[in-house]
Amino acid sequence: MAMNRIVSSSSSISNLHLLRSLSQPLLRRPFSSHADDDKTILTVETSVPFTGHRCEPPSRSIETTPKELLSFFKDMALMRRMEIAADSLYKAKLIRGFCHLYDGQEAVSVGMEAAITKKDCIITAYRDHCIYLGRGGTLVEAFAELMGRKGGCSKGKGGSMHFYKKDSGFYGGHGIVGAQIPLGVGLAFAQKYSKDNTVTFALYGDGAANQGQLFEALNIAALWDLPAILVCENNHYGMGTAEWRAAKSPAYYKRGDYVPGLKVDGMDALAVKQACKFAKEHALKNGPIILEMDTYRYHGHSMSDPGSTYRTRDEITGVRQERDPLERIRKLVLSHDLATAAELKDIEKIFRKQVDDAIAEAKESPMPDPPELFTNVYVKGFGVEAYGPDRKEVRSILP
Amino acid sequence: MAVVLQGFGALSGLSSSDSLNSKTLQLGSFKSRLERNGSVLFVRSEGRFSGSSNPRKLITTNAVAAKADTSTSSTASKPGHELLLFEALREGLEEEMDRDPRVCVMGEDVGHYGGSYKVTKGLAPKYGDLRVLDTPIAENSFTGMAIGAAMTGLRPIIEGMNMGFLLLAFNQISNNCGMLHYTSGGQFTIPVVIRGPGGVGRQLGAEHSQRLESYFQSVPGLQMVACSTPYNAKGLMKAAIRSENPVILYEHVLLYNLKERIPDEEYVLSLEEAEMVRPGEHVTILTYSRMRYHVMQAAKTLVNKGYDPEIIDIRSLKPFDLYTIGNSVKKTHRVLIVEECMRTGGIGASLRAAIIENFWDYLDAPIMCLSSQDVPTPYAGTLEEWTVVQPAQIVTAVEQLCSS
Repeated sequence: MAMNRIVSSSSSISNLHLLRSLSQPLLRRPFSSHADDDKTILTVETSVPFTGHRCEPPSRSIETTPKELLSFFKDMALMRRMEIAADSLYKAKLIRGFCHLYDGQEAVSVGMEAAITKKDCIITAYRDHCIYLGRGGTLVEAFAELMGRKGGCSKGKGGSMHFYKKDSGFYGGHGIVGAQIPLGVGLAFAQKYSKDNTVTFALYGDGAANQGQLFEALNIAALWDLPAILVCENNHYGMGTAEWRAAKSPAYYKRGDYVPGLKVDGMDALAVKQACKFAKEHALKNGPIILEMDTYRYHGHSMSDPGSTYRTRDEITGVRQERDPLERIRKLVLSHDLATAAELKDIEKIFRKQVDDAIAEAKESPMPDPPELFTNVYVKGFGVEAYGPDRKEVRSILP
Repeated sequence: MAVVLQGFGALSGLSSSDSLNSKTLQLGSFKSRLERNGSVLFVRSEGRFSGSSNPRKLITTNAVAAKADTSTSSTASKPGHELLLFEALREGLEEEMDRDPRVCVMGEDVGHYGGSYKVTKGLAPKYGDLRVLDTPIAENSFTGMAIGAAMTGLRPIIEGMNMGFLLLAFNQISNNCGMLHYTSGGQFTIPVVIRGPGGVGRQLGAEHSQRLESYFQSVPGLQMVACSTPYNAKGLMKAAIRSENPVILYEHVLLYNLKERIPDEEYVLSLEEAEMVRPGEHVTILTYSRMRYHVMQAAKTLVNKGYDPEIIDIRSLKPFDLYTIGNSVKKTHRVLIVEECMRTGGIGASLRAAIIENFWDYLDAPIMCLSSQDVPTPYAGTLEEWTVVQPAQIVTAVEQLCSS
């Protein structure tokens, strides 16, 4: 279908070097102009409606622009490529320890970013590579951190589960299941304290949804009207335990009881964007809200888990065929004639090269120096300026 | 003046030791400064040395000792005002909340109730509900919340109604509070203060008489201090709030009603400094928190018997002030540690290891450590008395140490 449309070469798209020049006339606008077009409004209907708990769910029709759709595609393609590259790096023993991959769930990160600003805070658990990328992290920093190099976002001292980016409001990156939820509510508290008019998205999984600290934090957030949005990324498996075996009530968006909730198709980036916009407005006015993103991960829980002992391969391929977020956006892009399939394939090829280049550059980065073992344990300066009642200063510096 | 001579004696003991190389030079210049300026210098401490290329611990801890027991001889400050320890904590807290709008307090019953030990009484009406926060009984989550807020730049103070309740928040304190600065490569600082009363009270039962110093001491990234007098309570509270590191301030249930006269002017104590309570010659007794008073009581008996103990309140439980402690060990060559922590894995055990590692050559006798028994604190009064160290035991221990 799209293959029959032809595009004539023009200099503005030469950087993509993906056009075949043909003698037929121009039948659709070149790809690059779509990539910048944020004026045309396209209305898309989600395939699954939202389900609300104690709130009116938002509309199923979502407005988007060509620019946004193409950026969704590009961001998700890059994230998918990064995670697959991380898979190979782990098998090559360049990444050690734990490596939790996010492929399949990219729509959550991308849709969320489209609805919020960098002043809003995001905090998540250990499946944080793509969220870091979405928040503005670079590929090189991500791979360097995964390989434990100095150039990593946490100087190589954090690892896969500890990506942070303070200047764009990404608060990590936490290894203990559920412990990031009180932290997230604390971020919301600080936002309310400073009267920032921003919100915090605290992400957790269906496994963490049974943690007591979640309900404790939710209670406090609801009591104090904090702008906290708790997002349950429900990929239906808490490591190896299916959700119906772990939770008496797997309707995680209803578990907040007195806190409103919304169930969202987490494989649809536009639905995620709509839900996050709705949630942000709600949180700023009425306090906390729970979003349940119905999503799926293709890899196992981590690289040491094959992912097939507790679910069938048919299930995985079924989801890949029917609900893959990248494919969904690809279909949308193609159906709205924003690009040809060949162009999209070429973009993916470019990203593959970008990822490979980033890995090569990250490999160049050196390991941290031995003295780095002791830095950042305490804040430099250690003690505090101490003085007696006669105001003579005593500064203590330990050897 | 008696104070000056005592201190002078202490310093002269130091400078005569041969193994100090570069330190002797520094101490030498310090000594001459002391001679020049007379008694007033003793109360002061100068942090800056001209031409010192190796800035090590330069403070004289005698400054604090002089303050505590010779308030009449210190000409530098006015008489001051008398108050109880919990009021001193409140004063420190209030001054810091006035000074920095980012400081907030969260805990159970700290707001409208005024605090279960009245430390935060009167603060909620003054600062409002957003700065003095009454939390539900959910230690794990409100400790986590305070840490999350600290990541953005706020400076929360977490009050545990009893230190033992903070065990519920151990994960947050250990993993997030202590380690976030490191695992984020320095991006986040966590300037929280975690405070609360701990220790063995009057028949409070096993679960309400816990000493958490031993559990938290090996968490990297945390600083721990223990206050024992109104003077150091206020100073340490202020220092802890101003510190960029997470600080755990250990108070003691039985010390809240201690009365002392403290200066009117503002002062901030150092978080890593020990306090010289009573300089002496024969034996170094290291203690902290409530045991300081048991030691002082034992000291009266000991002085009558002719011993001259040097008593140091270590105050800083992590890191130890090995400078002060080391100087004392080099002088007396005998060490007794008196603590309320458990025998197994307590502060005394770590302190003993640190002293042996650093000052082995100066010891004339094995280090003795008197700690609480490794039992849950019983309810019965007589049994409870025997779980903690009593003054009589301290006297016996010193006699034993000095006779070997």
